[in-house]
Amino acid sequence: MPLLFRTLFKTRGEALAFGGFLLLLLVVLPLALPVFRLNLVGKYLTFGFVAIGLVLLWGRCGILSLGQGVFFGLGGYCMAMFLKLEASDPVTTAIQSTPGIPDFMDWNQITKLPMYWEPFKSLPFTIFAIFVVPAVIAFIIGWALFRRRVGGVYFAIITQSIALIFSLGIDGNQGYTGGRNGITDLRTLCGWDIRSENAQYILYFLCVVLLFTVALGAKYIINTRLGRVLVAIRDREDRVRFSGYDVAMIRAFIFAFAAMLSGIGGALFVLQVGFMSPSIVGIIPSIEMVIFTAVGGRLSVLGAILGCLIVNFGKTTFSEAYPDLWLYLMGGTFIAVVMFFPNGLAGLLEKIPTSKGKYAALFARFKKTTPVVTTKTTPISDEN
Amino acid sequence: MKLKSLSHHFLKVAALALATATATAQDKLPTAQVNTTGLAVTDDTVTVGQLHSATGTMAISETGSIQAEQLAIDQINAAGGVLGRQIKVIKEDGASDWPTFAEKAKKLLVSDKVGTVFGCWTSASRKAVLPVFEKENGMLYYPTFYEGLEQSKNVIYTGQEATQQIIAGLDWIAKEKKAKTFYLIGSDYIWPRTSMKIARKHIENVLKGTVVGEEFYALGSTSFGSLINKIKLKKPDVIYAAVVGGSNVSFYKQLAAAGINASKQTLLTISVTEDEVLGIGGENLAGFYSAMKYFQSLDNPNNVEFVKAFKAKYGKDSVIGDVTQAGYLGPWLWKAAVEKAKSFDIDKIVEASPGLELTTAPEGYVKLHPNHHLWSKLRIGQWQKDGQAKVLYESELIEPDPFPKGYQ
Repeated sequence: MPLLFRTLFKTRGEALAFGGFLLLLLVVLPLALPVFRLNLVGKYLTFGFVAIGLVLLWGRCGILSLGQGVFFGLGGYCMAMFLKLEASDPVTTAIQSTPGIPDFMDWNQITKLPMYWEPFKSLPFTIFAIFVVPAVIAFIIGWALFRRRVGGVYFAIITQSIALIFSLGIDGNQGYTGGRNGITDLRTLCGWDIRSENAQYILYFLCVVLLFTVALGAKYIINTRLGRVLVAIRDREDRVRFSGYDVAMIRAFIFAFAAMLSGIGGALFVLQVGFMSPSIVGIIPSIEMVIFTAVGGRLSVLGAILGCLIVNFGKTTFSEAYPDLWLYLMGGTFIAVVMFFPNGLAGLLEKIPTSKGKYAALFARFKKTTPVVTTKTTPISDEN
Repeated sequence: MKLKSLSHHFLKVAALALATATATAQDKLPTAQVNTTGLAVTDDTVTVGQLHSATGTMAISETGSIQAEQLAIDQINAAGGVLGRQIKVIKEDGASDWPTFAEKAKKLLVSDKVGTVFGCWTSASRKAVLPVFEKENGMLYYPTFYEGLEQSKNVIYTGQEATQQIIAGLDWIAKEKKAKTFYLIGSDYIWPRTSMKIARKHIENVLKGTVVGEEFYALGSTSFGSLINKIKLKKPDVIYAAVVGGSNVSFYKQLAAAGINASKQTLLTISVTEDEVLGIGGENLAGFYSAMKYFQSLDNPNNVEFVKAFKAKYGKDSVIGDVTQAGYLGPWLWKAAVEKAKSFDIDKIVEASPGLELTTAPEGYVKLHPNHHLWSKLRIGQWQKDGQAKVLYESELIEPDPFPKGYQ
């Protein structure tokens, strides 16, 4: 156990930060916030799954994906399909031309449940699909691209276009996907009303616990040999290849792993928000997820979760307080973070010196120009 | 003569006194009595929510509704408020993002405890907030013409459902232009799809015409070249269009550029209001027809007053489209329901709503059906170069039927 502990946390401060954060989410927030606000925090945290994936993928392995929304969406749609089938029993849908199928299918003159919807009547299959579908699709995409040594900005562009294709595909097949409206009006999970206060508390705690499990898993990867290989690939890909590692396979694996995490986030999003829509899978949300990670710190697992919370909290508060101005405020914040703290908030916290003598180092940071995007020639700090 | 006018004057004063007396009597309704469910109602104010996209891609469309709702609220406040209480508005921005709409709707209902919400524009945003309104038992006044297939205790639909906009319009064009062949074109989402489904059934089963083509283009799509070639080939009597948003501008400009204009081709659309014409340009549309329940050029005293007030508040260049007018009806219908129910309680408002009438609506007389939609007329407007429509036809009041039999 102490060995595992030492693998997960390199310093005592790190472990303390981790524990403190967990305490905040599990005890302080549930006590301090009304259930409606807590539900919002739960929604923000679902993006944390994507952000942790991006820490591994982008921060550690240097692969910038602008299509994580796709995998978030795949997980979310799997969950939504199950919930929608449960909500569309023949009694509640008696008014339709074909009772017993989801309402949007009926509106599109579909009279029979499509074959690939059938397995989503089973919860175990749905949970299996949430984990496997995003991972398999990501692995296929990743393997095809990385084997041809597509990387850097080209990979970002390709993933971005995949996000566009995916959201257009959903839009264009509304009889099967709910189209632009998405899959809405989800009420129960195996008879359990997910909209009740009680359920929202339980789902929140489930979300926090899963998120921290995933966070620990990510830290484990980072601090073991795989994590070091990832950094090596980021910094000097050719040397790793010459040392006999299968770079494409490792990249495809980490891309699939990040996709699986995103899928879990998507499923939890649907459970807490009560619907799924193509507006959270396209290019804009995919880029937003990268922003969350960048603001929090793309090298740090905890920082990424913090980024999701802070950015979304800012979005909610600014837009409630200044409905006409909030976008400018958000934009200003992003620019400030990227200009002054290229390693995000976590990078900033880390730099807070332990002794007074180190203040000089802090100021020195502002003088030198640190590149924002990871390049192969300038390795960036690895502490997290 | 003098005596007569004096007695007339006296009668007027008496009526005024009586009106004031009833108003003060209403003022005195204690808060505990008019608000038994803990909504944000005090002795002097009632708080309502307004939930539209002030930012993002939909902002350009939703601005008119935001303005019209605000105008109605200002006018109601100036006339003494609702049950003697001034309306306070909490504005929230749905940011053209459906999960955000759901979040803000919940915030308005759960933390702000608003008496009602005026808002939403797209079907997607309405679908996103609907479960929230049903779960928290809130009230939503929704202004946009839409596809129907929905009816909720917690929503009042002040725009037309699909059949109210389609059937009478097709009847008119078939009769007027002896049209037999139709080409259906829409953006690819639920409203155009449902509308075209209803249109096709009506064309084939009732008008005994033919649909020679039916096509849907992704939202935001801007190239209609192949479509224009097909139109030239098929030569339909009528192009029937439900293209929305940015695509609208490209669609009409490309039609005009290809020489398809009103002198050669009849075109009837259900998606162009004065707001869209601003972007498309009157010269690209001149002579084409729109089927709507409201046009800014309607010539009746209510509308003259409304247009004057709107322009006084938002500038003389502002235009008023169909949805803007429907947005304006929301606060007035809510006020009427509250005053009839003598209560702000949602359940009592819902109970009082069926059968409500407004004689002051800019579109003319409206009446609220038990299915929460409005009886409304259909009007055909022909677009002029100046961006205004000349109203050529006005139907009788049409009963709303969100689940039309035989058109499913």
